[in-house]
Amino acid sequence: MRVEFDEPKCVAAGQCAMVAPGVFDQRDEDGVAVVLVAEPGPELADEAQEAAAVCPAAAIRLVEQ
Amino acid sequence: MTDTDVAPEYPAVRESRCPFAPAAVIREMTRADTIGKVRIWDGSTPWLISRHADQRALLNDPRISINEKREGYPHMTRGRATGAPHHPDLITNTDPPEHTRLRRTVNGPFMVKRVEALRPRIQETFDGLVDDMLAGPNPANLVEAIGLPVPTLVITQMLGAPYEDHEFFQTNSNKAISHESTAEETAAASRALGEYLAALLRKKIAEPADDVMSEMGGRVEAGEMTFQEAVIMSSAILIAGHETSASMISLGTLALLRDPEQLALLRDNSDDPRFVANAVEELLRYLTIVHSGIRRIANEDIDVRGTTIKAGDGIIFELAGANYDEAEFPDAEKLDLTRPARSHHAFGYGVHQCLGQSLARVELQVAYSTLYRRIPTLALAVPSERIEFAMEGVAYGLRNLPVTW
Repeated sequence: MRVEFDEPKCVAAGQCAMVAPGVFDQRDEDGVAVVLVAEPGPELADEAQEAAAVCPAAAIRLVEQ
Repeated sequence: MTDTDVAPEYPAVRESRCPFAPAAVIREMTRADTIGKVRIWDGSTPWLISRHADQRALLNDPRISINEKREGYPHMTRGRATGAPHHPDLITNTDPPEHTRLRRTVNGPFMVKRVEALRPRIQETFDGLVDDMLAGPNPANLVEAIGLPVPTLVITQMLGAPYEDHEFFQTNSNKAISHESTAEETAAASRALGEYLAALLRKKIAEPADDVMSEMGGRVEAGEMTFQEAVIMSSAILIAGHETSASMISLGTLALLRDPEQLALLRDNSDDPRFVANAVEELLRYLTIVHSGIRRIANEDIDVRGTTIKAGDGIIFELAGANYDEAEFPDAEKLDLTRPARSHHAFGYGVHQCLGQSLARVELQVAYSTLYRRIPTLALAVPSERIEFAMEGVAYGLRNLPVTW
């Protein structure tokens, strides 16, 4: 699975960093999301999926490879 | 229900038989095959969107706007309609890309890791309030003893106001938002807070420290925001995070005291952060305290399940409707602290979703994991029919919650 993150859409609500701390962080200056793991393995798949589902700006897409 | 003659009044009052669920008329509209309209205070009839799936689709649709200055925008109150043309550009009245730029300038302090770092201090503050309540008269009013002071103390610390000023904050922010205040009292309290925050901002620009006001002061100095914007923003942070968190603590306690099984479950799992975090999400869903809807206007014609919302039409998104939509939350009227509830819209959805949500979550996780564990005998001091609900504000809450232990 690959994470597609549309940064200009990000409103820095931080939900991804909260539900998927293994995949996302927030950058210090403004809270915009940062992808830590671009291709999450099976152990991170659930949290990555939850992050995509809760993102209020619909800025996260997961592409199955 | 597109005939404006029959459009139900909005906001619709919740029923006393079932004080946490949205009004029956909202639930009927959620179940209906097509969307309908409601009538608001000025006689206009905006569309009501209350299905969870419709809100997900529309709240991120660039064809809707939050520009409150446009003719036809469905304002919440007469006061807001009057004030709207005079507001500067804020995160609450701009669309992307301007909104994105503004939101990024104020977002730093609300980042997940920064509010997580505040958790020990919030816990300490909360424990102090519980100590004070236990040392005081029994019964006590939980709204005054715990509900209102928690957010005030937390926000005072965050903004970087000196501790000795917390009583000033408490008194004036209570007056500014209280359902009991007259219009003059509300205006005087808001003015006092504005003047106080302007003075504090000047001080923080001169002597920066590690707090939100200093950070905004830095942005003012760097030309990223104006002095006035920083004052408006800090006052918005103070007000927005106050009534809402206070309501969640008080109403949540009432909901749990009325449901001993769920209360016992929460108390027994108080030391499990995952359980507590999910319980907070479910209480956010179940209570959905922002009960006057979030307001938008259509930029273009939009088709919603066969009905056309015309360009220029007002739209209201009923958050409790979505949070009680059986298609997303089966058996929605049941408080179930173990259900997956994170997809709720209690903080709204879309780019304007609540700025302070991470802070609210930490406050509520601390509150719900501490209060019932530390006071296992907590009980209502009056019959539950005597508890007075406060319906008039943006957030739904309680006037008082007499408790004993």
